[in-house]
Amino acid sequence: MASKVIQAFYNDDDVLMHAVKKVKAAKHHIEEVYCPFPVHGLDKAMGLEPTRIAITSFMYGCVGLTVAIVMMNYIMIEDWPQDIGGKPSFSYIENMPAFVPIMFELTVFFAAHLMVITFYLRSRLWPFKKAENPDVRTTDDHFVMEIEVHDNESQLRDLLAGTGAVEINISEKDLH
Amino acid sequence: MGAIILMVLGALGIAAGFLAAPSTVEESKAMMASHDDGHGDAHGATVSHDNADAGAHAMSAAEHDEHVFHQLQNKPWAALYVAAFFFFMIALGVLAFYAIQRAAQAGWSPLLFRVMEGITSYLVPGGIIVFVILLLSVLHVNHLFVWMDADVVAHDALLQGKSGYLNPTFFLIRAAIFLAGWIAYREYSRKLSLAQDESTDDSNFKLNFRISAAFLVFYLISESIMSWDWIMSVDPHWFSTLFGWYIFASMFVSGITVIAMVTIYLKSKGHLEEVNNSHIHDLAKFMFGISIFWTYLWFSQFMLIWYANIPEEVTYYVTRIQDYNLPFFGMIAMNFLFPVLLLMNSDYKRMNWFVVMAGVVILAGHYMDIFNAIMPATVGDQWFIGIPEIGAVLFFAGLFLFWIFRALASAPLQPKRNPFIEESRHFHY
Repeated sequence: MASKVIQAFYNDDDVLMHAVKKVKAAKHHIEEVYCPFPVHGLDKAMGLEPTRIAITSFMYGCVGLTVAIVMMNYIMIEDWPQDIGGKPSFSYIENMPAFVPIMFELTVFFAAHLMVITFYLRSRLWPFKKAENPDVRTTDDHFVMEIEVHDNESQLRDLLAGTGAVEINISEKDLH
Repeated sequence: MGAIILMVLGALGIAAGFLAAPSTVEESKAMMASHDDGHGDAHGATVSHDNADAGAHAMSAAEHDEHVFHQLQNKPWAALYVAAFFFFMIALGVLAFYAIQRAAQAGWSPLLFRVMEGITSYLVPGGIIVFVILLLSVLHVNHLFVWMDADVVAHDALLQGKSGYLNPTFFLIRAAIFLAGWIAYREYSRKLSLAQDESTDDSNFKLNFRISAAFLVFYLISESIMSWDWIMSVDPHWFSTLFGWYIFASMFVSGITVIAMVTIYLKSKGHLEEVNNSHIHDLAKFMFGISIFWTYLWFSQFMLIWYANIPEEVTYYVTRIQDYNLPFFGMIAMNFLFPVLLLMNSDYKRMNWFVVMAGVVILAGHYMDIFNAIMPATVGDQWFIGIPEIGAVLFFAGLFLFWIFRALASAPLQPKRNPFIEESRHFHY
């Protein structure tokens, strides 16, 4: 669906923060803000929901721990028991201290890698993807706030002009 | 100030401790008396009593009686020593945290400096008490440290080899030097910190930064040697190279927990109004992180000894797993599982009651850690957490609270001219 968006350009993160608060106070929905670097507190100012990635990370960690236990139990106890250091591998629980480093490492490995992959999927990022930012200047020194237009173009334009925007554009855009 | 309320509470704690103290002696006397009568019926309640009898088959009955008698004699002393050291180590851990904040010129923490300075004030009474207990050991009033007994050393080639280092005179000299160094830094840094409030430039602050960096070097060396002397040497044959770090982690996490709890208390009384929940969040992150660090060191020490299975090393854990099963594994649950699960969620780290609850478990867990370090070598399988142990904890808790809140009340709780105070006031995450 193609729709019309208004883009306000800012060249300072403080000005941007104040603009975001002002636009939110005027009860407009901010579609997206493009920044060259993470702006502290912007997510709260925009009213975004808190991230749920920590929950996925915890679940991935549990998966990793389980994989480590099942894997080491199969390799070291069931499939090919060995006598290492006078500690024959007959029971997982009795040899457990030897497996703790692996349990720890796989927990971290699963949590970290799957969390990053989840973040990529959720953000719709993949190799050779065309960049979504509307203007190359957002990778350098400009911030862009994007608001969807619903027959209120002039009103939005006045509002944004009053927030210290250095440039205001209207463009057509495919929204997902 | 509002601290008066807790001073009264502290005084009540002291009173409880004093009330418990005579019953410590009564209790131990009764146990010893009934032991002399015929040791069978006295310890029906003592865990693993049967194991003790089974394990003693090599000794004659008289030797065994003698051995158990000495362990029971040690018991009130060991209980006193564990509690005295535990509260002293909280103050010492806070001192390390404080010195690190100073040396790092941390921007978030200056609002909490007066809290930390208040807690480290306990170094003076706590240090003197621990030193007196060590002095009494050297004077053979108690027998916590077997290597101090000339008879034992005369029959022990290993202890003779160590006697160049592990002898009573040098032991006391080291203890005196370390305590003097810690207390001197604490008092000097406190003086500079108060002087900074009234001064017109930052020279006191800069000097404090320099002495803190120098102090950390002294601290890490002295803390390590202290842990060998005061704790590891109760098992004079056994040694572990990371023991200093291990004890450090224990005192560090206990200290940070106490900072968080005192801060939350003072804030709930309307002081420290500039402290926000981001400061608590940061302290809780340290509680979480250092708990895992402690577990890492605990496990590193355990796994190497478990895997190598060298008899002289592994006895340390064999006694703990056989005779101290519940406190030994219970402590790991309290020091690792509880903090990890309770404090994992970012939002919980900002909830005061959650931090206090986790803190109580952490403190109890690290008391058990010191208990497990001292008791097996001094009282063997005759351990029990009864009136002497709880009385000693209450007494030192009372003294600790009384002393730190007296110190907290003696100066404004918010530093005025710390160059980072603005950053600390606006700290938010």
